[in-house]
Amino acid sequence: MRSINRSRKSRGWMIGRSTGELLTAAVTARSGTPGNGHQDLRVLCGFRGKWVVGILLFFAVLLVSGAAPEKHLSIYSTAANYSLPVVQRQGRDYVALLELLDPLGTVSAKSAPPRWRLHFNNVLGDFTVGQSHARIQGRDTELAGKFLLENGRGLVPLASLNSLLPHFLGGPATLHQESARLFIGGIATHFTASVSPDDPSRLIFRFTAPVNPSVATEPGKLRLTFNREPLTAPASPTLTFGSKTIPSATYSENNGAAAITVTTTLSLLASFSPDGRTITLAPAKSQPAASAPGATAPGVNAQGVSAQGVNVQGVNAHGATATRPPAAAPAQSNATVQSPAAIPSASAPRRYFAIVDASHGGDDRGEALSSTLAEKDVTVAFARRLRQELENRGIPTLVLRDSDADLSLDDRAFFANTTHAAVYIALHAASNGHGVRLYTALLPYSGDDDRGPFYSWTTAQSSSISLSQAAAASVAAELKKQQVAVRTLTAPLRPLNNIVTAAIAVEVAPPGSDLSQLASPEYQQLVAGAVANGIAAIRAQLGAAP
Amino acid sequence: MIPRHFFIAVSVLLLAVLGMSLYAWHMRGRAAIGPVASIDTRPVVPPVAGPTEQVTLFVAYDDIGVLHAQSARIPLPSVRQQRAEELLRALVALYLDKSSPHPLPPGADIRNVYLVDPGLAVIDVNAAFADGHRSGVLTEELTVASLIQTLAANLPGILKVKILVEGKQRETLAGHADLSGFFDVSAINQLTTQLQSTQ
Repeated sequence: MRSINRSRKSRGWMIGRSTGELLTAAVTARSGTPGNGHQDLRVLCGFRGKWVVGILLFFAVLLVSGAAPEKHLSIYSTAANYSLPVVQRQGRDYVALLELLDPLGTVSAKSAPPRWRLHFNNVLGDFTVGQSHARIQGRDTELAGKFLLENGRGLVPLASLNSLLPHFLGGPATLHQESARLFIGGIATHFTASVSPDDPSRLIFRFTAPVNPSVATEPGKLRLTFNREPLTAPASPTLTFGSKTIPSATYSENNGAAAITVTTTLSLLASFSPDGRTITLAPAKSQPAASAPGATAPGVNAQGVSAQGVNVQGVNAHGATATRPPAAAPAQSNATVQSPAAIPSASAPRRYFAIVDASHGGDDRGEALSSTLAEKDVTVAFARRLRQELENRGIPTLVLRDSDADLSLDDRAFFANTTHAAVYIALHAASNGHGVRLYTALLPYSGDDDRGPFYSWTTAQSSSISLSQAAAASVAAELKKQQVAVRTLTAPLRPLNNIVTAAIAVEVAPPGSDLSQLASPEYQQLVAGAVANGIAAIRAQLGAAP
Repeated sequence: MIPRHFFIAVSVLLLAVLGMSLYAWHMRGRAAIGPVASIDTRPVVPPVAGPTEQVTLFVAYDDIGVLHAQSARIPLPSVRQQRAEELLRALVALYLDKSSPHPLPPGADIRNVYLVDPGLAVIDVNAAFADGHRSGVLTEELTVASLIQTLAANLPGILKVKILVEGKQRETLAGHADLSGFFDVSAINQLTTQLQSTQ
């Protein structure tokens, strides 16, 4: 495997060489340095002159510029952050399963074509070449395509990772398939962006964990690219600030990286706080330190061309002002594993106060709210908005389902319990009725009492039911303040009864008879703000996570 | 040179094969578009007759999301288990009516109700009941509470209720209401109180 990695690295470097470098190399050769190359060129010129060289150069440039960037999968986990090459087979994206699991635990594979057996920690996976399912711990699991074996390396379809990995890892894995980003466990870095109240030309990004993006500029834009951080989308991909100089920022994901692109009419400086959790973008003229010689570096856009008038400055994590290198994104080597120590942001698990669970997902679409609107889509949009609102109030929040992953109810409960958050909020959407309905658990009949320190799974909520009811009452009060119709009920709704901490479910129905209002950002914002206010109001009572 | 009679025989056989293939294809197509086996609605037990009794049905109203107690007179047999079944069938019949305040899918029915001492009732609904049920926390909860509260209010002594679909355990009714456990009748009683108000 190591030799494969090394050769792939070399290939990555060759592909990673910029067009500019090749052009420079070619022009240097043509201009004539003493040596054989120069002799050859003179001979060539003798036959066909400059035209031949020109045509050759043209094709060389065409060849290199036309090469598609190699696709790779970025994996974020508490153990390590790393990336793997994604290969195209049979019209699908595939990844090597052993290499994917390698940094996450003890893994070994035994190849006996057509069978391929994989041991990860204590889990055994049995794969067969050409089969679209695998047996993991004796249970059948569907794959999104056929399993492939190449030189002893087992390849699985990228789209299968959402369903495949939880069996090996014992926890959820969230795949952003379009952008090839894989989040293992609850790892995620969220951010907020706001214009400074005293200076509308300053934009402040706050992150829930230290970040170290590469900074690139182009006329009218500044782009922060996060290759190694598990950055996740804000409630809305486009953030508007009501500032003339910095009107908006857009979040996007592509090929294993996340990016925030800020539109601006000014030359901006990016400065990093000592803890790496805050990035401030401010006009160049207002940055006193930036004027010092050597403290600024010309901004460089993604193509390596200098952008005029845009400066980039960085302060490293130790608080020292440093000149940031040209911000062209470093070529990401394939299958390179970042050690946990190298990336404290990823390795240090964050303590979350609130868990927001977007119900349904994957094949489970929930209620068909309309012919085009599924409950699962409304809940995930609402979850992101609620996370933003809670984070704005200083409440560390994790969204349990931040993609179209399908999580079982047991997995959701398991994950919420092991995170030790103070409150769990499940989100649902409905077409009938209007306003918001808040639910606490209707506990099932149980003859199984808790045994010593162990809770009965079906009635685990019993010890926290009064806290859940208090949270529901607090949220209901805030919704009433916003004149949103609200009812508080109990419901036989899993996984509420399996959660050991305060747990409520929020079912959002349209405010009136117009169903489309359910998906309107204004209505979602109103409800999310009120729910966040309700949680913030009872924060002291909910207490710190045990 | 192929003998003439051999050529004729092979041709006739080929024609026969072709003809049979076409006939088989035709029959297959007819079978595909034939009527799908519908739900057998033929009665297998005689209809309940005799003196009617007054019962209390807890009827769900979707428009305002409430559960209202409603008196009705229905013929009831003397055997406790059959009474339970007839009671719930009367409730389901009400929901299957065109003017139903809480529509259930066509073909929805109660297959059986089993009363097991001490205090356990098992309600077995058919697949059409669950498969076609509308999804939503409140919608599903109203159905569950309506069934259980109607049963518990008219047959004292029931402490817990289990709901099965076609005799098997199912995780949820239609994606929300949890059917995996036993419902605590006292908890459903409290829920009914909550559901009788719109606040």
